Amino acid sequence: MNNFQYVRAEGLDGAARFVAGHAGAKFIGGGTNLVDLMKYNVEKPSALVDLNRLSMRDVSELPDGGLRIGASVTNSDVAYHPTVSTHYPLLSRAILAGASAQLRNKATTGGNLLQRTRCVYFYDTATPCNKREPGTGCPAKEGINRTLAILGTSVSCIATHPSDMCVALAALGAVVQVTGPGGSRSIRFEEFHRLPGDHPEIDTTLTADEIITSVDLPKTGYAGHSAYIKVRDRQSYAFALVSVAAGLEVTDGVIAGAAVALGGVAHKPWRNSQLEQQLLVGKPANRDTYHEFQRALLVGAQGYGENDFKLKLAPVTVVRALEQAAHEGEQA
Amino acid sequence: MMAGQQALGEKADFAVTTELTVNGRSHTLQVEPWTSLLDLLREELQLTGSKKGCDHGQCGACTVLVNGVRVNSCLCLAVMHDGDEVTTLEGLGSEGTLSPMQQSCVDQDGYQCGYCTPGQICSAVGMLKEGHAKTEADIREQLSGNVCRCGAYPNIVAAVKHVMSMGQTEGGR
Repeated sequence: MNNFQYVRAEGLDGAARFVAGHAGAKFIGGGTNLVDLMKYNVEKPSALVDLNRLSMRDVSELPDGGLRIGASVTNSDVAYHPTVSTHYPLLSRAILAGASAQLRNKATTGGNLLQRTRCVYFYDTATPCNKREPGTGCPAKEGINRTLAILGTSVSCIATHPSDMCVALAALGAVVQVTGPGGSRSIRFEEFHRLPGDHPEIDTTLTADEIITSVDLPKTGYAGHSAYIKVRDRQSYAFALVSVAAGLEVTDGVIAGAAVALGGVAHKPWRNSQLEQQLLVGKPANRDTYHEFQRALLVGAQGYGENDFKLKLAPVTVVRALEQAAHEGEQA
Repeated sequence: MMAGQQALGEKADFAVTTELTVNGRSHTLQVEPWTSLLDLLREELQLTGSKKGCDHGQCGACTVLVNGVRVNSCLCLAVMHDGDEVTTLEGLGSEGTLSPMQQSCVDQDGYQCGYCTPGQICSAVGMLKEGHAKTEADIREQLSGNVCRCGAYPNIVAAVKHVMSMGQTEGGR
C-alpha cells in the first residue's frame, strides 16, 4: 500500500472541494473494496477523504411514499431495516446474498455502488488490463473469464459489476442522489453504471469529485411478488455467476407491472424496461411469457470460452426468477 | 476545517491522532493512515489474538467487534475508528475466566489447529448480538465469512448452538 494523507471530512462541500483540488484524492466509505485494492496496489490514492461522519446514516420515508437510504448506511442496516424487509424484500434478499456478515457490517450503500470488478486481471498488476491501465490490453477475452460478461462487452473489456445490491436497485428503479462542486443532481439507476466501450476505466457516470448522498427507492417495491436468485460456485460468500432480481405485479393472472435485472452478466446490472413493457406487462403470468421475454432480453449474448455456460444459465435463471416471483407466498 | 489537511506532502505529518478504546482500555495513538486496525492491534498494542490470515477480508481470522459489531479488522484503516470501542478475543475472557463462547469452543471441541478460532469466536459473539440466526442453517450462513481450513465446522456450529441454547450473550463493545 502506498503512503497517503487521511482527511476526516466534516462537511460535504469541503470534502468535494478537497478532492476536486487534489490530484489522486479519493473518497472512502466502508473501505471494504477500496482498502483491498490499495493492498494490491491497484488503487494508489494520494489522499483519502473519509465520508463516514457526514450524517448520511439515516433511512427515511420520502413524501411520495418512497424511501431514502443515506449513503453511509451499512449494507447490513439496509438489509435488516424493517421498512426495507417489509416493502422492498427484493433488496434485503439481494444484499444478504452477497459478501459475508462482517463485510456487510462495514460496507456502505454508496460504496457498494462504486465497488470495482473482481476480474482477476484487474487485480493482478503483473498483467495487462484496460480497466486498470488503459491501452494495455485485455487478457480476459482469451483467458480466465468464467465469471465475466456475456452482454454489453467491448473489444477493450469483458468485466462484470460484482454487486448483488445493485441488481435489486436496478430492478426497483432506484435514483442516486449526488452532490459536488457543480451542484446536486439525481441519476436514474440505469444511467449510473455504464458499459465499458472504449473507456472501461470509467465505471459510472459520477464525476471524481461528486459524492453520493443517498439512494432513493420509489414507492413500488414489488413486495409479495419478487425473487432474487443467485447462482454461484458455492452456497455462500461467493460472487454471482448469474443473478436475477425479478419483481411482478399480477392481477387475475395477468402481469400489471414488471421489473427484471441481471447480475454477473455485464459491466452493469442488465435491465431493459422497454422490453418489460412490451413483452411482460399485459401478458399472462406464465412460462411462455417469461421465455419470450428472456429471448429478447438476452439477444446478442456472447461467450468467451470459460463463461459460455452463462448463455444457457442466464435464460433459465430469468424464467425461474419470474416464476418464483409470480408464485411467491403460495403453498407449494 | 478538516483534520490533517495541512499535512499533504510530508510523510512524517501524515500520522493522525487517533483515540481508541480497546478491551476497555483507552489509547491515544499517532497512527499512519495506511495502518490497518489489525496491524495496530497486533504490532502496536501486542494483542496477537486476532490473526492475519489472508489480509484481504476473505478468511475472517481477523474478525473483531467495533462498537459491538463484527468486522474484518484487516480492511479497517485504524484512523477511521477514532473514538470507537474495539473488542478482541482477549477482551472477551481470559485464561481461567473464559467467556461462554470460548468455554463452549473448548467443551464442544470447536477447533483443531486454532488459527481461525479467535475470529470464529468474535464472529459468533457478533452474530448472536445481531440476533438474526435462528436455525443451524442460519448459523452456517451467517458464519460463512469465517473459514476453517481444518474443517472443524460441525463442532464450531455445535459450540455456537450450545451458547444459543443457554440464551446467553456476552460483552464486547
